[in-house]
Amino acid sequence: MTDKNKSALSSALNDGLNWVDARFPLTSNVKAHLTEYYAPKNFNFWYFFGSLALLVLVLQILTGIFLTMHYKPDADLAFGSVEYIMRDVPWGWLIRYMHSTGASMFFVVVYLHMFRGIIYGSYRNPRELIWLFGVGIFLVLMGEAFFGYLLPWGQMSYWGAQVIVNLFSAIPLIGPDVSEWLRGDYLVSDATLNRFFAFHVIALPFVLVGLVVAHLIALHEVGSNNPDGIEIKKLKDKKTGFPLDGIPFHPYYTVKDLVGVSVFLIVFSAIVFFAPEMGGYFLEANNFVPADPLKTPAHIAPVWYFTPYYSILRAVPPILNSQFPGVAAMGLSVVAFAFLPWLDKSPVKSIRYRGMLYKQWLLAFVISFLVLGYLGTVPSNIWGQFGAWMGGADRATVVARIFTAVYFLFFILMPWYTKKDKTKPVPERVTG
Amino acid sequence: MSDNQNDNQQADSQMRECSQVDLDKRNFLIATSAVGALGCAAVAVPFVKSMTPSERAKAAGAPVEVDISKIEPGTMLTAEWRGQPVWIINRTDEMTAELAKHDDQLSDPASDVTSQQPEYCKNESRSLKPNLAVVVGICTHLGCSPSEKLQRGGDMGEGWTGGFFCPCHGSKFDLAGRVFKGSPAPINLVVPPHKYLSENLLLIGVDTEEKA
Repeated sequence: MTDKNKSALSSALNDGLNWVDARFPLTSNVKAHLTEYYAPKNFNFWYFFGSLALLVLVLQILTGIFLTMHYKPDADLAFGSVEYIMRDVPWGWLIRYMHSTGASMFFVVVYLHMFRGIIYGSYRNPRELIWLFGVGIFLVLMGEAFFGYLLPWGQMSYWGAQVIVNLFSAIPLIGPDVSEWLRGDYLVSDATLNRFFAFHVIALPFVLVGLVVAHLIALHEVGSNNPDGIEIKKLKDKKTGFPLDGIPFHPYYTVKDLVGVSVFLIVFSAIVFFAPEMGGYFLEANNFVPADPLKTPAHIAPVWYFTPYYSILRAVPPILNSQFPGVAAMGLSVVAFAFLPWLDKSPVKSIRYRGMLYKQWLLAFVISFLVLGYLGTVPSNIWGQFGAWMGGADRATVVARIFTAVYFLFFILMPWYTKKDKTKPVPERVTG
Repeated sequence: MSDNQNDNQQADSQMRECSQVDLDKRNFLIATSAVGALGCAAVAVPFVKSMTPSERAKAAGAPVEVDISKIEPGTMLTAEWRGQPVWIINRTDEMTAELAKHDDQLSDPASDVTSQQPEYCKNESRSLKPNLAVVVGICTHLGCSPSEKLQRGGDMGEGWTGGFFCPCHGSKFDLAGRVFKGSPAPINLVVPPHKYLSENLLLIGVDTEEKA
């Protein structure tokens, strides 16, 4: 190609771009969100999980579209159609295992993403709304997972839905009507399956994508936090007006995130190809048995990402002949995250400048979350019973009660211990 | 930012200039908005109602007949009524005698919660015939179907005198479907309306006329 041709081509491209820009803010948006969106230069390992969550969202939507081409939302046909996808649809098994693995991996990256937000104080002023949109995403994601889990119409699908829908009937006065309205029948049935399909493939994905967009718009308005928890916008280059400690998102973080994507896809593929059931944690054995409304499996447990909250539900005893306290505690344990921006009174954001008191509480919370998560996967009589001195109570139930208390104390006492905590001085510039 | 402030100032000064508020126009806007909101609420009603049980679902609750002649003493049979499991338990004399012995461990030993059984089953054995219990096998906690643990002891530990154990959240019930204290389930299992058509024929879903 001669130089003359080259310049002709580039001017043609330029003309094309100008034509678009006069009608749609393409260049200005690329600048605002990529090439001139300045992110702190000290992002570390923990900052992979936001972009990975976006990747999994795209994967779930894509694989989901192809699954709906073969799946039948009918109580008589659903279980068979999933088996049909697994056995007869060309590559159907791959698409379905990508979707089921994607569901669990979604929660893996979202939990890590949330933990990042907690340790570096990313929920603090001025990022409260980013955090609230994030909590919304988390709630919708739980809904997506729950509605999607009914679709294979296996035993765990059926009884899981039965339990979760009945949670609503614990609400005083209106509860029973609410759960009947959700089911569309007096028991989990074809009507329930059909509407859960609608929620799973249309209603909630729309809400989810909308919340993700809001999450990102809010993020790009105030700018990203960083492991030092200091505002890079305070110190700007006098000439350019860009933050001194910032680097353009593209190309620096797009390239960094691509490395994260590669590693993630290696792990993801390893699970899809070698352990799609993940030992019963991603796909439960009982769900390979068709739903039977007359018989609950001898041991039922939710999928791993719900088990901490499920443990809390099981741990709280009924009060005044009402199961509402347990249900309320479970709901609160999820919603509690939304209050973090206002519970944390510390003068510093990042764990790097916090004192031992906060770190001990955070550690106690993480341990509670993991122990409750484990206990939710096993029957409550797994460790046997205490003797008569404890009224013969199940050991695991007592342990779950203790850690449920710790879980809530992390939130309830936060205003106190974050104020009392001995923090370290925060530097002016990020430390890398 | 500064552009915004300018805009606001401009708007403020404009407001001051035309301080005459057109009240007729304002009332008209309020009225149309209110009617519009009402219209939206009215349109929402059919959508919300469309999710309640359909006529077909309502019609599916026909009574079922069950032949009870083949239930050996000490065993049970599960029938299906309105899509739910209904247990018919043929209790031995020993089992029936046991029912009176653990009242202090039960939440509602005398079946005082009236929604859980028909009037004719509000008695010690919660049944029409002392040996035959008819109970909806759906846990009153969150709707799982408890597992049968009819015999003494076993994996339920010593002191277990027979009953049901819910695998979901660990609720325990005795052989009359009464819930043990400390279970997540708040109240006893439901005794459905039922009547005996003959010695060996049970009809579930229809009340017995005479009081037992």
